Amino acid sequence: MSAPSGPLAALKAAADAFVADYHARKTSLPGDSHVRAEAAALVATQGLPGPREEAWRYTPLRPFAEAQFAPARRAEPSAALLARIPAIAGTRLVFVDGRFHSELSGVPEGYRVTTGEPAFGHLARPAEEKLVALNTMLAEDGAAIHVPAGTDAGTIILASLATGAAVGFHPRHHIVLEAGATLTLIDLALGDGEYLSNPVLTFEVAAGATVTHLRTQDEGAGAFHLSTVYAEVAEGGTYDSFALTLGGKLARMEVHARLAGPNAAAHLNAAQLLGASQHADFTTIVRHDAPNTASRQTVKNVLTGRSRGVFQGKIEVARIAQKTDGYQMNQALLLSPQAEMDSKPQLQIYADDVKCSHGATVGALDADQLFYLRSRGVPEAEARAILVRAFLSEALDPITHEEARAAMEAAIAAWWERRE
Amino acid sequence: MLEIKGLRASIDGKAILNGIDLVIPPGEVHAIMGPNGSGKSTLSYVLSGREGYEVDGGTATFAGQDILAMEPEERAAAGLFLAFQYPVELPGVNNANFLRTALNAQRRARGEGELDAVQFLKLARTEAKRLSMPDDMLKRNVNVGFSGGEKKRNEVLQMAMLRPKLAILDETDSGLDIDALKIVAEGVNALRGPGFSALVITHYQRLLDHIVPDRVHVLANGRIVKSGGPELAHALEAGGYAAVIPEAA
Repeated sequence: MSAPSGPLAALKAAADAFVADYHARKTSLPGDSHVRAEAAALVATQGLPGPREEAWRYTPLRPFAEAQFAPARRAEPSAALLARIPAIAGTRLVFVDGRFHSELSGVPEGYRVTTGEPAFGHLARPAEEKLVALNTMLAEDGAAIHVPAGTDAGTIILASLATGAAVGFHPRHHIVLEAGATLTLIDLALGDGEYLSNPVLTFEVAAGATVTHLRTQDEGAGAFHLSTVYAEVAEGGTYDSFALTLGGKLARMEVHARLAGPNAAAHLNAAQLLGASQHADFTTIVRHDAPNTASRQTVKNVLTGRSRGVFQGKIEVARIAQKTDGYQMNQALLLSPQAEMDSKPQLQIYADDVKCSHGATVGALDADQLFYLRSRGVPEAEARAILVRAFLSEALDPITHEEARAAMEAAIAAWWERRE
Repeated sequence: MLEIKGLRASIDGKAILNGIDLVIPPGEVHAIMGPNGSGKSTLSYVLSGREGYEVDGGTATFAGQDILAMEPEERAAAGLFLAFQYPVELPGVNNANFLRTALNAQRRARGEGELDAVQFLKLARTEAKRLSMPDDMLKRNVNVGFSGGEKKRNEVLQMAMLRPKLAILDETDSGLDIDALKIVAEGVNALRGPGFSALVITHYQRLLDHIVPDRVHVLANGRIVKSGGPELAHALEAGGYAAVIPEAA
């Protein structure tokens, strides 16, 4: 008799190792031990997402299961890593290998930030999302950001820096915007080497509040980035996000947005730029639970090498959510014959007076456009860069935060330079 | 300026150009007329370096260089310009940025200094005004949402900005009303001089009333079958191609 092998056994072993780590350290982990114990029970029984689950069909976690991650220790980032945080005006909250680093962070004014323990909040669903259970079980730190009613909190730069130690970290952030509050959260995941970054962020957006969540995932080449976001938006509120994926070996951003009050809106725009054998997955679940709600998703993928991009977009419209306006577009530019895009739109509509549309396209660079540019004297490499940037414009142009957009443009240009 | 000898070219093994001989001296404007399928557009694409066209023989020398061996962008930097019959739309590319990128790429290739944004905009606005183009056409995406006439004017704007030594105008008159045609023609005429040559490809005499050519050539079955002065265009208008193409008679 031989021991069970294959992907399922590897996933089981990895889950067991995480649970063992939890039991070894549970007395020293900060925050609500009850929430954590419940999550540990879930991880012990459910394990990690497997290839047979519909939601994980396109993103097998086997490579992740075969890696090993030690608990993160307090670490100092290199000057080079620190310098990758773009110079954007705002309050910095810096986490190094998942731990808050106060010396590198700023002091907020006019709103509250609490760190030192995970900010569990109440929006995450560890019983439904296995990686959220894993995060809940092992979370050690996070930022609880609370913006009072009517307050403009300006810009927070939430930077996760990974030093490249083979560690796993599971930061847990909770962001609350009271009625009429506004906040721009620049969310950076930067690092070198191999590690696991498994953050969970929850957003509570009260009536008339607006949060702009601008994300850049530029993790190390050997890194696993598995993040989950929950946003709950009340009447007239907006969760406005753009997520740029550049880094990591295996990455997934999963976003659950619930439009809970009339006239609530969610924008889940994204761009995934991948090369070599990178795999990145952008998965969204938007639930329209009130009338006159709107969701917009423009997702662009630029794939080179043998990379694989995944987009799964689910729009659920409850019976009560009449006059829902849902739009979803996923487009991929394949710059190499070995690159692959998997796209899965899913609409579940229970209301009868709604406007929902979705579309997906996959193609190469347009030969006529390329020739047009070259015929005007633009060298081929530059012409290709122009067309790739143009392809991304629909997702990038809506970003109104000038500094953040400029930083993303620079990151995209740097990606283009270093690709292939 | 341009010297073509025995040029033969094919697409997917199908011969389109069957031995073109054509010399355009500096400062001259030549017109090529011919029925559909005679190879007019193919000639313009082969000269500008579009992919998919196989050169099977012959030579094309432009300003002393073998242009058939050059990349499209090198041909452009050497002073060749093609005004497209169907200008390509570039969604997400701002027209002014496009023009500036093109102009500076050519200047860089020629070892000249690049224009900064202020210098460039001043030049672009002047040229756009001359072509009766509203300023907002510079702010829009390249050719996106442009009318047929606007697209052609945008081609002429690019030509005016890039100052080529040789411009090939591929049916630039198609889809233009008479006012737009006059504007386009004035744009071309403004460039005429000892350092500028043009090859005007057209179906119709109409454009040649406004851009009066030094020579007119008739292309049929991939060959130039007749050449003459501007009066040849009038003869074609009056008698059709049958009068000058022996095979078609």
